[in-house]
Amino acid sequence: MSARQLRLLSAVVVILLAAAPLYLAPFSITLLNYIGVYALVALGLVLMTGVGGMVSFGQASFMGIAAYSTAWASAIMGYSPWLGLVLALVMTGLVAAILGGVTLRLHGHFLSLSTIAWGLAIYFTFGNVDGLGHFSGIMAIPPVSIGSLKLLGSNQIYFLIWFILLMAMLLSYNLLNSREGRAMLALRGGNAMVESLGISAFRIKLVTFVIAALLAAFAGWLYAHMNRFVSPAPFDVTMGIEFLMMAMLGGSGYLLGAVVGSALITLLKNAVQDYLPLIAPNAAGQLEIVVFSALFILFLQYAREGIVPFIVGWLPEPKRAPPAATEPLPRRAQPQAGQILVTVEGATRRFGGLLAVNDVSFELRSGEILALIGPNGAGKSTMFNVLTGALRASAGRITFAGKDITRAPQRKIAEAGIARTFQHVKLRPKMSLLDNVLLGAYSRTRSGFFAGALGLDRREERQARYEAMQQLKRVGLGDRPFELAGNLPLGNQRILEIARALAADPVLLVLDEPAAGLRRLEKRALADLLRSLRKEGLTILLVEHDMEFVMNLVDRIVVMEFGCKLCEGNPEEVRDDERVQEAYLGSVA
Amino acid sequence: MNAQIAAILTLDGIATGAIYVLIALGFVLIFAVTRVIFVPFGDIAAFTALTLAALETKHLPGTVGLVVALAVLATLMEIGSHLRARTYEQIPRALLFYLVLPLIPAAAVYFTAGTLLPTPLRLALALALIMPVSPLLDRVVFRPIADGTVLLLLTVAVALHFALVGLGLLFFGPEGVRTQSLVDYTLMLGNIPVSGQAILVVGAAIVFSGLLFLFFEFTLSGKSLQATSINRVGARLMGIRPERAGAVAYLLGSLLAGVSGILISADNTIFYDSGFLIGLKAFVGAIIGGLVSFPVTALGSMLVGILESFAAFQSSAFKEVIVFSILIPVLLWRSYTFAHSEEDIDE
Repeated sequence: MSARQLRLLSAVVVILLAAAPLYLAPFSITLLNYIGVYALVALGLVLMTGVGGMVSFGQASFMGIAAYSTAWASAIMGYSPWLGLVLALVMTGLVAAILGGVTLRLHGHFLSLSTIAWGLAIYFTFGNVDGLGHFSGIMAIPPVSIGSLKLLGSNQIYFLIWFILLMAMLLSYNLLNSREGRAMLALRGGNAMVESLGISAFRIKLVTFVIAALLAAFAGWLYAHMNRFVSPAPFDVTMGIEFLMMAMLGGSGYLLGAVVGSALITLLKNAVQDYLPLIAPNAAGQLEIVVFSALFILFLQYAREGIVPFIVGWLPEPKRAPPAATEPLPRRAQPQAGQILVTVEGATRRFGGLLAVNDVSFELRSGEILALIGPNGAGKSTMFNVLTGALRASAGRITFAGKDITRAPQRKIAEAGIARTFQHVKLRPKMSLLDNVLLGAYSRTRSGFFAGALGLDRREERQARYEAMQQLKRVGLGDRPFELAGNLPLGNQRILEIARALAADPVLLVLDEPAAGLRRLEKRALADLLRSLRKEGLTILLVEHDMEFVMNLVDRIVVMEFGCKLCEGNPEEVRDDERVQEAYLGSVA
Repeated sequence: MNAQIAAILTLDGIATGAIYVLIALGFVLIFAVTRVIFVPFGDIAAFTALTLAALETKHLPGTVGLVVALAVLATLMEIGSHLRARTYEQIPRALLFYLVLPLIPAAAVYFTAGTLLPTPLRLALALALIMPVSPLLDRVVFRPIADGTVLLLLTVAVALHFALVGLGLLFFGPEGVRTQSLVDYTLMLGNIPVSGQAILVVGAAIVFSGLLFLFFEFTLSGKSLQATSINRVGARLMGIRPERAGAVAYLLGSLLAGVSGILISADNTIFYDSGFLIGLKAFVGAIIGGLVSFPVTALGSMLVGILESFAAFQSSAFKEVIVFSILIPVLLWRSYTFAHSEEDIDE
């Protein structure tokens, strides 16, 4: 499907939606209203769970905070519902920022458990605070009015709901295709890679969390003024899991999935309410939740991907043109060749009683390729992780370009100009090659969430995409930029990691076993690439087991054994060193 | 608040906490062996109470229907998987474990429902009836996704809880129940009365924690459970079947939840949906133990009980808010002190 067809289809959908009150019965419009309101909450969950990998059972309580805020402001205090909206957004955003700030450092299921905890706490608060009507709720909430027009009927508020939903989807779509959006997409699969690219995972998570809460706040505001009545019941954890169900059923990770999921669940619920009494006249209410939970469990067992990805799989591949040439991103000045770039003094790293790296010192001069070699378990990768900030040094001092980076977080080290690859490849297999490399350019670009959502980042975005494309071409992966990274063979995934590192325009490139899994010719091409990078003034530190590859490429070698430095020198010296031969081959008995 | 009130609240909290200890130990046990955070555990406790109450009033408890339905479902799934794998010789075994064994207590309850049995027999019957529920749920719900992430298993467990609440209403009806007091005795500690029920609860918590400890330390079955919890693949290579270890963990956990259900219903009115809050509070205790340490879990659950008791005294309306809010700092502390692997993260 081309972009033009897609635009045409979207226009048809919008027209059909806008004309809905003309050809649908009022009851259907009411259903559409609920679908729209719930889809807003589900959209937040798509961003948070589907994109960011944070599973929340508590979105209903954010919706509740907003609904109660506007109910209090408009029904009890008598202010305009629009002021209620402001209050709803502020309150929800504030609560989300505080809760997020406290809980988003939690990992995986711990985070999800905390959402159950605060979801329940907030639900019980609604029912117990004086002045909010306790468990019987707040009645007589005024309708929203635009000018003198009161949005009383479901036919009227319908337009407001779907306008807000479509705007939210549009902004979310823009956001996901921007710098910060890609960072959100990269959250899934752990922090190590994200932080190594200069991205603050916590900040991205927090903003995503607040965005999801604000979307729920819009839903809560609309809900309050649509029903004209709020009580705690619709905002408990049961509803929270229903929203999660919508997002996952629709296909979490797909914006359209929010609407599809919301529509499906709302319609299904309606049907269940119609038909269950026919099957079990006395127990329909009880069976409803059983049926839904059972369906959700079956879905999680057998079809976790959801509906939209399933449909997308049947559609023809969209045709996308590779990024066009444009003005390149500014590059940083490389330090003069031969200067001391990195000094490692007495670096030590303990894991409990184990000394993985023991008092290792070496220097790295700019413009050289230095190899760190040693038998398995010598502590090379640990040394790498200490240098790049992925692990804290237990003792010792490391400087980079004259600055002490021993205690600096990984993100700051990445920003300073050290880019790395991983021994166990860390890519986002479900993102395209181009998007994976674009992640590397994160620290060179500036556009924030607002710019991304409003589309103000287009110029920088074009530059970054062009840059990423150039790096892909450079490492020899430029022929299929929209292929998913997970489809590459392992050797090429390592090469893709190098392209990602290069997109950061680094001063120092740290490569952990770059040639592993490559065939002979590919290794030769990799060596050529590294040589040409050296020619450009880039400094390279690598760990590698392939001695032929190392000996023919590097300027100097540092040998490690049992966590200690054994010796250093140029390839010939190291090859002839008796201690090295002993370490690799065992002593001549 | 004076010292006497504080003492009464503390004792009350310890008794409540002891009930949470039993459930929390079950949480830890099942999580360690299967990685499932078995949210419906509280429901199992509530269902036990409802079962016992039905037996006391000479009604047929709804649990019978639940067990029969689950047993049939689990048997069908088990036979189906054997047919697909062409392991026909295993089918009689499957029938024995998934159909015959669970149906024995169900049948016993069905045929004695009209008569009031002596108390120990009644308690044993209620426990025997509830025990197959979670192993059967494990077979039906969790076995097909046993290798999923913790997060997936948790999501399924939450959904399962809601299914069980619906089923609870269906099988037990909306009325709350209170079971007969097991002991009628009050001990005076100075000027503070301690009910025999409280002593019984604490005693039960100590006995069952001790039994659990002995089981893990001194039986081969316990060791295999431990091995499974440390490394599923490694355990499998050693000839331990994770599925069987899981079933044993669920059986033991159900026993603990069942006992706590019996103990709690003598002092509290239990409804079909009471399980969620009881379970979650126990869960706070389990989290304090990091879902790994049995002793810290026991301490943590006690702490939750005491906190709840004081919170209820200070502000009964906000007692739930206070108890659940405590989970957040606990989780934070836990997540900082935990070593977590990146490998478990869903891509």
